[in-house]
Amino acid sequence: MSAITLDNITKTYNKGKVLAVDKATFDVAEGETFGLIGPDGAGKTSIFRVLTTLLLPDGGSATVAGFDVVKDYEKIRNCIGYMPGRFSLYQDLTVEENLNFFATIFNTTVKENYKLIEEIYVQIEPFKTRRAGKLSGGMKQKLALCCALIHKPRVLFLDEPTTGVDAVSRVEFWDMLKRLKHQGISILVSTPYMDEAALCDRIALIEGGKLLSIASPADTIKKYPGKLFAVKAANMHQLLKDLRSYEGTHSCFTFGDAMHVSFKQDANTDVSKLTGYLTAKGHKELEIAEIPAGIEDYFIRITEKEIAEK
Amino acid sequence: MNSPVLKQLYAFVRKEFYHVFRDRKTLLMLFGVPIAQVLLFGFVLSNEIKNSKIVVCDYAKDYGSQEIIRKIEASKYFKVQKATLTHDQIETAMKAGDIKMAVIFPDHFYNDLSHLNKAQIQVIADASDPNTATTITSYLTNIINDYQAEALAQNNQSYTIVPQVKMLYNPELLGAPNFVPGVMALVLMLICAMMTAVAIVKEKELGTMEILLVSPLKPYLVIIAKTIPYLLVSLLNLTAILLMSVYLLDLEIKGSVVLLFAESTLFIISCLALGLLISVGSTSQMSAMMTSQMSLMLPTMMLTGFMFPIENMPFWMQGISYIVPSRYYYTIVKAVMLQGLGFSAIWRETLVLGFITLILIVINVRSFKIRLA
Repeated sequence: MSAITLDNITKTYNKGKVLAVDKATFDVAEGETFGLIGPDGAGKTSIFRVLTTLLLPDGGSATVAGFDVVKDYEKIRNCIGYMPGRFSLYQDLTVEENLNFFATIFNTTVKENYKLIEEIYVQIEPFKTRRAGKLSGGMKQKLALCCALIHKPRVLFLDEPTTGVDAVSRVEFWDMLKRLKHQGISILVSTPYMDEAALCDRIALIEGGKLLSIASPADTIKKYPGKLFAVKAANMHQLLKDLRSYEGTHSCFTFGDAMHVSFKQDANTDVSKLTGYLTAKGHKELEIAEIPAGIEDYFIRITEKEIAEK
Repeated sequence: MNSPVLKQLYAFVRKEFYHVFRDRKTLLMLFGVPIAQVLLFGFVLSNEIKNSKIVVCDYAKDYGSQEIIRKIEASKYFKVQKATLTHDQIETAMKAGDIKMAVIFPDHFYNDLSHLNKAQIQVIADASDPNTATTITSYLTNIINDYQAEALAQNNQSYTIVPQVKMLYNPELLGAPNFVPGVMALVLMLICAMMTAVAIVKEKELGTMEILLVSPLKPYLVIIAKTIPYLLVSLLNLTAILLMSVYLLDLEIKGSVVLLFAESTLFIISCLALGLLISVGSTSQMSAMMTSQMSLMLPTMMLTGFMFPIENMPFWMQGISYIVPSRYYYTIVKAVMLQGLGFSAIWRETLVLGFITLILIVINVRSFKIRLA
């Protein structure tokens, strides 16, 4: 049985004027970590809210842990853990009080499921008498995760759990998710960070309410059409301009300390021609290398196509 | 505490109390405002009044009237002008604001007093300012009582002087002496309705409502847990107001305290229901606060008869006042506290208040959102 199924789920706001989710269909297998990857406003939170029974879909059907999100919402609410996008614990309650409160309203005790949260909780335990509002961003997310896990949910929903969290805490957070996976908990997680996508079993790329691709991170990258080159030069600003005005360029964007460039399908992918062009423009310390595409490259590539089709 | 529901409720109520006691602003609102209001209304409105201009019309001109007039003149409260005015002249002078009160000694005052041991004095007060009117009337009554007591002590004469008090322009004396019931209605409305509305909307605003919804908590449990702390705090406040009224403002509770608390609890529940209703329609704490003030505080001030007599309002406004719960509560408190009446005198108001409360609860149960939108 699938942990989550979506069948043509559509969600609109303002009486149908704003289309937030457009016929989303995907399954999350039992024990799988599934990532929803997309920028802000792509429709990730809407999907979460439909699945956590907070919003009614306008069309389509969905199940969580085998229960229908509309009819059996009470049963779903008993067996899922949900961590909303923004920090949603009681800021004026201490770490311990928050945890105890959520344990109680889920009809359990901290003691009963302590094993499940132990690894995470030991990190925030030194601050257990501190008010949640006074914790750092990473600590807050760890506490929120503890609170969402305290009743041993079958399916865990994490809506952008690492947004606004420092790089070190982000890595730690994903390590924890990996361990939860071993406990057999199915996880649906969303993130705007493409580097985190690689840590999921499967990912769905979402933009403008539409699911663009559903595959494992490795397969997602393989879908990248053509070749991708990383180009570096002394004057990066001028390089971007020149690359964009180059006749064979399909797309060029800044990625870290290099330009990622792809060429038109029919264009000559022989880099020597490009080298000649750039040298003629006066670029120095030129470096051009073919690189494997990342998820972000693929994402940009397919969303470009979307925009062009519109 | 074995039932899971009770455990949930207990944890939730405890959490609510943490919210209340950890937020200074909330605390100030809950305890500072009521105390400030009682003190403000109590002392600003019923401060002692000195040098009130009054006219004394002495038709008797005998030993008894002269003695009382001397006493009145000696009092720091009055500035006496002696003249024999007719009723029309008195009224003209009052309308002009020249005098606040007229004291009229009839013919044969001392004669009646010494032979019948009983005489009358007519007192006419300008009650357009009800507070001043009652205060200076009571000053005068005290002086007369004083005279009677002296007569008893010195001459062993037991005189009874009956002041026939007539309040002009506002015979029911709506206002100051009745401010305590009004403040009670106002404070309870403020705490119960506004604070409950704000507390619930705060959960929405901070996003914690999302987590509460996605939990096995039953909606009714959320409502009960959210309102219990404010019910308790309100009762505490009520006690404080009553204690202050009795010990600071010398207002005695004439009726049954138990009845007063029972009726107050009913009113508090209706206010809590109103607060819940407001929270359903508000998305921010600010809007909840504004809605409470506009739709609850204002009617409570204007339409309960606390500040302005309902009888003098236009017909449609009187109509609206019938659906304002505080109107009934105000009547009930006045009857129990000031007039010492029992349940038989207020069962109608209680019934209406109970009915309004029931309707509000039904609307609430029906409109509680089990989802975000």
